[in-house]
Amino acid sequence: MNVQAWTFVMVALSFALYLAVAVFSRARSTGDFYVAAARVHPVVNGMATAADWMSAASFISMAGLIAFLGYDGSVYLMGWTGGYVLLALLLAPYLRKFGKYTVPEFVGDRYYSHTARVVAVVCALFVSFTYVAGQMRGVGIVFSRFLNVGINEGVLIGMGIVFFYAVLGGMKGITYTQVAQYCVLIFAYLVPAIFISILMTGVAIPQLGFGAELADGSGQFLLDRLDGLTAELGFSAYTDGSKRTLDVLFITAALMVGTAGLPHVIVRFYTVPKVRQARSSAGWALLFIAILYTTAPAVAAFARTNLLDTVSERPYAEVPAWFTNWEATGLIRFEDHNGDGIIQYTGPAAEARNELTIDSDIMVLANPEIARLPAWVVGLVAAGGLAAALSTAAGLLLVISTSVSHDLLKRTFVPKITERQELIAARIAAGVAVILAGHFGIHPPGFVAQVVAFAFGLAAASFFPAILLGIFTKGMNTWGAVSGMVTGIAFTGGYIVWFKLLHPELNTADHWLWGISPEGIGTVGMLLNFGVALTVARFTPAPPADVQQFVEDIRVPRGAGPGHEVSA
Amino acid sequence: MLESHARRDYWKKNLTYVAILLAIWFTVSYGFGILLVEPLNRIRIGGFQLGFWFAQQGSIYVFVLLIFVYVRLMRRLDRQFEVDERDEETT
Repeated sequence: MNVQAWTFVMVALSFALYLAVAVFSRARSTGDFYVAAARVHPVVNGMATAADWMSAASFISMAGLIAFLGYDGSVYLMGWTGGYVLLALLLAPYLRKFGKYTVPEFVGDRYYSHTARVVAVVCALFVSFTYVAGQMRGVGIVFSRFLNVGINEGVLIGMGIVFFYAVLGGMKGITYTQVAQYCVLIFAYLVPAIFISILMTGVAIPQLGFGAELADGSGQFLLDRLDGLTAELGFSAYTDGSKRTLDVLFITAALMVGTAGLPHVIVRFYTVPKVRQARSSAGWALLFIAILYTTAPAVAAFARTNLLDTVSERPYAEVPAWFTNWEATGLIRFEDHNGDGIIQYTGPAAEARNELTIDSDIMVLANPEIARLPAWVVGLVAAGGLAAALSTAAGLLLVISTSVSHDLLKRTFVPKITERQELIAARIAAGVAVILAGHFGIHPPGFVAQVVAFAFGLAAASFFPAILLGIFTKGMNTWGAVSGMVTGIAFTGGYIVWFKLLHPELNTADHWLWGISPEGIGTVGMLLNFGVALTVARFTPAPPADVQQFVEDIRVPRGAGPGHEVSA
Repeated sequence: MLESHARRDYWKKNLTYVAILLAIWFTVSYGFGILLVEPLNRIRIGGFQLGFWFAQQGSIYVFVLLIFVYVRLMRRLDRQFEVDERDEETT
């Protein structure tokens, strides 16, 4: 069987599995729909959280980004894992004790204010939509390259599947499909990584192979060879950074804090039965995530070495098949500037002009082909990429639908709505969100890649300080929290819009505030949020006694409800 | 329910644990992986330069450990102050 046949088989099998799981776990109450009735085992929840969290960006894009950035790519590795420590130690157990369903609900109840709740809903919707658009691009790439169905049909198929199990199953259906999706995606990530590690270094564990000697008998360490190759071709050496230290620090912090503030991640900790399980569930989630995240830098180093070895200074007429296949998608481009028919692939410091443009998004998908692995491995990777994109999209759709049906309708505008009507509203909202997300996938706004930084920056600058202060200070009041959130969002949003959308030509270190890039500005926004909130709270009335009691109450585990008072 | 001074002690202990664990969290990532990466890169373990290893591998392993250590510490603390969840509270 060829690559395409294998891809069809792998994708069809994995989709059938998700649908079967969804049918067996459909939601019957709003509790089921929003938080799976808070009955999910912590290890299962950890696995679902890992799938929810690891998106098309983690699976498809991250190793490619690291392959081209080298040391600078570490910001993603540390940034997207370190946030779980913050979650487990500072947020998850208290939010589980609070119970209920959503992040805006916590903000609204803790700050006894509809304004605070609505501000939080707007942030949650913005962050989630931004993110969904990115997932759909991932789905589109996989379909167009491997299944020859065209990006539009690919996105429609993907949306159909997500619609089915998110709308039918709610959180309950999503949780169990995400477990299946985690298994598919981690297997699909590890198999080629292990194969390539054995091929290149003779070590079966990629995390170790990455620091081992090459198997070609040269006795050279892989990373030394890579440093040599990159320096020789005029790139910065692989293990050295080219970003400024302060910027690296701020980007890492923005990603960590942003991770801890993302509503679709936080809400997962409402689904376990006990407070102590919210803590351990974060640990399991990070363990499952770490399996992929410690493999990714190894895959990156293997891929970059392989790429430089296979295409640099080779005649264009003799390129391997994978090169030609990806050229057809426009994600690899070769322009023979000097007309010698040979591929000069060089960095900014080299004399020869670079003739090759490679989209970093293709590295993980092309890697098995570059390393000449069997066709079934290539098909498996395609299925894994789809699993990653679909699981994240489903989690986000749930946040969007819950924000509308629960936070806006039930808690703010139509408090008399019945449970049945609320469930219908949630399903309609999920349906509308699926269609909107599909629209973004088929007609991606030109700035999808840029706005992902936005999602993290906004989450870091809005939710994280508001929730943290709500738990760790009793004196924080509505005025402080709302003015802090608004300042954080306005500053971070303004900075990103200015450099990314309005004046992209000024987007260089010389024009940035203290040399901090838009990716890292969320950290400054977060600090501003803290500063403004604490200052305003000092000069405005303290929160009422029952709110202070509420804070006392969420700080101890005993007495956490078994899920929810609401029943069908 | 707990006496208020017991509550305060419980909360203080919790904050101490969090502070110590977050100090380690900061040291391995921002410290070893970013601020001290160059001096640490002079130390080599196999093919890895140590600073680079912390940035791309070591910090992540430590993060996982930190969470599980916190889980254990808090379980003990919850029991000691009798604020742990009783089984009949869940269904």
